[in-house]
Amino acid sequence: MISIPSTFKISLRALRVNKMRSALTMLGIIIGVAAVITMIAVGKGTSEKLSQQIATVGSNMIIVLPGSTTAGGIRGGFGTQMTLTRADAEAIERECSAVLLVAPVLNGVAQVVYGNQNWSTGVYGTTEAMLEVRDWGLVAGRNFTEQDIRNSTKVCLLGQTVVDKLFGGMDPLQQTIRIKKVPFTVIGILESKGQSVIGQDQDDVIFIPLTTAQKRIFGTTMPGMVRTIAVKARSAQDLNRAEEQITQLLRQRHRIGPNQEDDFSVRNLTQMLDLAQQASKAMALLLAAIASISLLVGGIGIMNIMLVSVTERTREIGIRMAVGAKTWDIRLQFIIEAITLSLIGGMIGIVLGVIVTKFLSAFANLTTVISPFAVILSFGFSGLVGIFFGFYPAYKASLLNPIDALRYE
Amino acid sequence: MTLIETNELKKIYLLGENEVRALDNVSLKINTGEFVAVMGPSGSGKSTFMNVIGCLDEPTSGRYLLDGIDVSKMERDALAQIRNKKIGFVFQGFNLLPRTSALENVEVPMLYNNTPPRQRKDRAMWALKALGLEGREHHHPSQLSGGQQQRVAIARALVNDAPLILADEPTGNLDTKTSVEIMELFVRLNEENKITIVLVTHETDIASFSQRTIRFLDGHVISDKATKR
Repeated sequence: MISIPSTFKISLRALRVNKMRSALTMLGIIIGVAAVITMIAVGKGTSEKLSQQIATVGSNMIIVLPGSTTAGGIRGGFGTQMTLTRADAEAIERECSAVLLVAPVLNGVAQVVYGNQNWSTGVYGTTEAMLEVRDWGLVAGRNFTEQDIRNSTKVCLLGQTVVDKLFGGMDPLQQTIRIKKVPFTVIGILESKGQSVIGQDQDDVIFIPLTTAQKRIFGTTMPGMVRTIAVKARSAQDLNRAEEQITQLLRQRHRIGPNQEDDFSVRNLTQMLDLAQQASKAMALLLAAIASISLLVGGIGIMNIMLVSVTERTREIGIRMAVGAKTWDIRLQFIIEAITLSLIGGMIGIVLGVIVTKFLSAFANLTTVISPFAVILSFGFSGLVGIFFGFYPAYKASLLNPIDALRYE
Repeated sequence: MTLIETNELKKIYLLGENEVRALDNVSLKINTGEFVAVMGPSGSGKSTFMNVIGCLDEPTSGRYLLDGIDVSKMERDALAQIRNKKIGFVFQGFNLLPRTSALENVEVPMLYNNTPPRQRKDRAMWALKALGLEGREHHHPSQLSGGQQQRVAIARALVNDAPLILADEPTGNLDTKTSVEIMELFVRLNEENKITIVLVTHETDIASFSQRTIRFLDGHVISDKATKR
């Protein structure tokens, strides 16, 4: 049989003869491959960004919100009424077997002052469990202790944004800041978490002991009130069970009758984000599927041009057969020509796809991830397109009768 | 030694309802080293005869032995191999690959018998040189005269050391002077290299270079005798 390198040389020559035609045929494959790579990169980027954000929320997170007020038939939204207490939080930790940790939160916005700098930020009164519930580490200093909570110490942990705004380049540890004019000692600095799923800066926070927040900052009408309760389930599988247990427990504790609405709501954050991620994955898959249709159309273009080429070169085929080309010599020649077209197109498409992807992430502010897998996949796929769509024209060429082919004008 | 032996060779085409007997009981023998001219008007069966002995076409019935091997019932690919090894074709229209150098045109038959690239080039150069085409190796057919193109085609026919050259009106597209040059070339190949040549022509002048003339009419051989000079 004819050697592959010789066939490859013949193919390259044939493609060079019709430069414009070869380039236009390749364009279909180029666009297809570039589209597949770009779409997979955008899809993967989005889902990776989401999963990073899921990690910053804290794994296996459930959040319990208070219910709504009803005044004269007008119902407020969730959180308009403070119905949760620290005792609820402790009960959840004690009685729900699917729950690992609980951190009650009383939060609000407050002005904080250091030296001649001031900044308005979210102040969260909570317990020492908070950092573990949110999988949040410290870059410097220490967490609260149980004693801090019990004694309502005036200590705080600062988020990165607050550090930047108040201290500039200075070391904030052991410095005293004022929150609503109350002096607090900075005992720890939180690591940076970046933006949340909805674009909120998660680092614009100050954590203080819950009891201090209740007594000194957000003096509540009823002692022990908290705004939300953050709950960490034992595992991802326990999330639904934890949700049920919490609902049941709080209904009992709040004495809610069988036909009454809950005065609180339990939200499974991780699950919501998982859903968002699944949706983004499905979207990416859909985009890639659409992009691969253009690859298919490119393949049809190759087949079309190969059929034209076989007809045009009938005489050449006849000559080759007369001097001894066998069925597979002719077939290989045209298949390799189609593969050469599609692989060169594939390579250009990869380069184009990478450029478009870089462009998108630079100017359209999209997170993109170019995976080697997508590159290999689309390159391999373009090769397969060449084989698949080159085979029929090659098969047709190999069936020509040498006598007729030689006489073809 | 017999190179070509046909035994009651028949080739029947169906044209609509009509049966066309392109070859009708043709039995012939051509020995190694002969220079045979095949003549006859169009439709006489001479082209069909050439196609069959050139292993390009299968006979409807009868036997054809080439170099002692029965090739009348061989498969397509086996016939391709026989053509590659035993037969060199020279056509009226030259049938060179366009936009391909003379050298690469001559290399084509060697692409199909696993000749290493180095040897392919050397042999093609040798064949072109033998036909006086030195210095034209890298010319494309469009840059060569008709006579030169035909010589490239003859070089291609020689390059696999085939014992048989089938020439189908090889001078049909050439002027008289060039025709004579090409025919003298055939005579030289026949005498010096002992290559058997079967030539189709309808010109008596061209046929006169051969030793033996076979005339066809309506699928039959009507005469087979030494060429009159």
